Amino acid sequence: MIPEFGHFALILAFGLSIALAILPAVGVYRRDAMLMQTGPSIATGIFVFMAFSFGCLVYSFSQDDFSVAYVANNSNSALPIQYKISAVWGAHEGSFLLWTLIASGWTLAVATFSRGLTFDMKARVLAVLGLLCAGFAAFLLFTSNPFDRNLPFHPADGADLNPLLQDFGLIVHPPMLYMGYVGFAVPFALAIATLTTGRLDAAWARWSRPWTTAAWAFLTVGITLGSWWAYYELGWGGWWFWDAVENASFMPWLVGTALIHSLAASEKRGVFKSWTVLLAISTFSLSLLGAFLVRSGVLTSVHAFAVDPTRGLYILVFLVLVIGGSLTLYAFKASGIKSEAHFEWNSREAMLLINNLLLVVATASVLLGTLYPLLYEVITDGKKISVGPPYFNRVFVPIVCLLFLAMVVSPFSRWRKTSVDILIRQHWPFLLATPVAVCVVTYLVTNGIDMLAIGVETLAVWILVMLVRHWWQSGSINSASKLGMMMGHAGIAVAILGVVVTVTYSEERDVRMSPGDSLVVAGYEFTFEGVQKVRGPNYLADQAEFNVTSNGDFVAKLRPEKRFYSVAQNVMTEADIDPGLFRDVFVALGENVGESAWAVRIHVKPFVRWIWLGGLLVALGGFVTLLDKRYRRVREVVSINAVGSAA
Amino acid sequence: MTFNKSLLIPLGVFVLLVVFLALGFRLQNPHLLPSALIDKPFPEFELKDLHQPEMSRTLADLSGEVSLVNVWATWCPNCLIEHPELLRISRETDLPLYGVNYNDDNEKALGWLTRLEDPYVFSIIDDKGTLAIDLGVYGAPETFVLDARGVIRFRHVGPVTPEVWQETLLPVVELLKEMSDG
Repeated sequence: MIPEFGHFALILAFGLSIALAILPAVGVYRRDAMLMQTGPSIATGIFVFMAFSFGCLVYSFSQDDFSVAYVANNSNSALPIQYKISAVWGAHEGSFLLWTLIASGWTLAVATFSRGLTFDMKARVLAVLGLLCAGFAAFLLFTSNPFDRNLPFHPADGADLNPLLQDFGLIVHPPMLYMGYVGFAVPFALAIATLTTGRLDAAWARWSRPWTTAAWAFLTVGITLGSWWAYYELGWGGWWFWDAVENASFMPWLVGTALIHSLAASEKRGVFKSWTVLLAISTFSLSLLGAFLVRSGVLTSVHAFAVDPTRGLYILVFLVLVIGGSLTLYAFKASGIKSEAHFEWNSREAMLLINNLLLVVATASVLLGTLYPLLYEVITDGKKISVGPPYFNRVFVPIVCLLFLAMVVSPFSRWRKTSVDILIRQHWPFLLATPVAVCVVTYLVTNGIDMLAIGVETLAVWILVMLVRHWWQSGSINSASKLGMMMGHAGIAVAILGVVVTVTYSEERDVRMSPGDSLVVAGYEFTFEGVQKVRGPNYLADQAEFNVTSNGDFVAKLRPEKRFYSVAQNVMTEADIDPGLFRDVFVALGENVGESAWAVRIHVKPFVRWIWLGGLLVALGGFVTLLDKRYRRVREVVSINAVGSAA
Repeated sequence: MTFNKSLLIPLGVFVLLVVFLALGFRLQNPHLLPSALIDKPFPEFELKDLHQPEMSRTLADLSGEVSLVNVWATWCPNCLIEHPELLRISRETDLPLYGVNYNDDNEKALGWLTRLEDPYVFSIIDDKGTLAIDLGVYGAPETFVLDARGVIRFRHVGPVTPEVWQETLLPVVELLKEMSDG
């Protein structure tokens, strides 16, 4: 019965979403205050029913109800309970239920924390969000119902969750990612609502900022966790693969980053308004495009969900309606928008413009690389090619290096006009000392000079040094926004250092080892002690034991495994890692190569943690800016106006 | 208020994108999917023949016409399930079927083929799993469809049942044959 309740709640949520799309909008049209104010209660209803529906699916998983097809396909009675719960979003149907739940959550958040919006705007924004929720819920109900039953003949046990997904990563990565993807619906809805009124003012930008930053910070966490997960679970030590689906999450992040910066200029100086609206539409559009790419099967990827042409068609039509509709609205409504202020080439406005141009070009390069195989196939009628890391490294890296260069000076830029000569006079010793110091340190540590690595390291250290200088000069950081910005930029610098050091100085070996053998990699001595069989809850494993020492001192005991999951009939490599702030020691167990010898992969990866620490610092910076008092104070001011205009 | 035509550019870009997505989407046969190796040449290898261990087999032995490569092992219950269908395919079609005996015991493997009958033109011994790693094999059984040039055009994970053969593999094989004839 429980799955039917869940299904029914989903239908109710769908009905309420349609009501939310229509009633407040009709209220706006008829100037009916009663109808306009229906939004928040309907939004609450949608969220409650979505949460109930989601709860029902969680219940079915926890109770091993294999009469539900989705449970039977993605769970097993031997699966540990935490994975039974996270298996809810382990495949297409359930993950989209989570997506829709999160969409209803953001909608409720907008309805609740929107005292600052005028009644009119609030009604419009909620109507747009209602429309989106209705679209998502309809997609679930008509093409991807997670509550479909396998009756009357249901399997005695489930097919088990894909072993790759039986990991802490699945528990946290998708929810964070979806918080980001779907969160961009809020600035999107605000942009659409504002376009329909034709009043693009500073209040709109101020309003969009915290929502955009929140969604963006969640997406940052999601991407960072995904990269970390790939590193230790997909095995083999890579942390970014330029996989189509990684790109699908990265593109909204890049444009979202541009949006955050552009919103700042729009709010403070009233410039780039039309452009900012376009970015808000683009960010969410790229989230939806990502969903299409992942769920339609047009691209192959490790992340791809089971393929069903109706789903792809549905999302494509949804994309056309939502994105096509909003871009048409933009084309006709944005003509009236004029930027009020003027600025010089050396102003903060110009810096933000450079930031935006570079981020958009970077996004375009990623989009092209992601879709090129598809375009090629269409043009050549079926021939296939793939675009790999070489393309992305060659095109994407130079663009972002320019961006990093801009980040070095950006904290010092002023609105309207910056006096460059004063800047140079104040900071030239630091700007010159940094590359020298980086060269010396790199040479001392590695006994070599890799110009490219040193160049990029210098950029990162420049960013950090100039942030510290800026902090020094300002005396104290007086606003959460500023602190958040500095944390964000510092996080990027930390991540750059992590990337460049890992890429340049990692050492890896693929060797054949027998018990008793030892091998020295990057100063660490690895001794292979042997392999034993171990039994997990739903797998059998060969577990190897390695003793790692450095100059005779004990460092770690590493126990990589080769697991055989009996239900899913899958073999999985489970690497073991000794993590450290300055280096990771990584051992993965390959195949048994005769007698007692095994294929073994050993990595020593310096600074690899910095990539994710940097990412988390960036996200934390985003969350910190949300604490800015300004957002709350301004809301009160606006709400006074709102009462005035409504009365 | 004058209408600014440049504001139509984003819409134009999007329309173009949708046209391509729609074309690409229509083009996709949903069955012709996963594996990073799709449309990559079958990996190079030099491995021993199961029946004649003194003879080594290389990629050249697989090329020339559309063929199936089946990764199997005696420890894999699903291989037992698909065996009758593989036998039927080898009897009733002229499609060459090659076996990759994955992480197995040679004695047991030979015994299995004697006991259950041998559907393969030949089987190669991949006891170290090197070819399986290059192929990105998750586990046995897996079946790859190769075109005449030795390029992997399809990968099926799991047993080849009569349904899988009729609905998935046969259409791919026929398509590839048409393409190589045409």
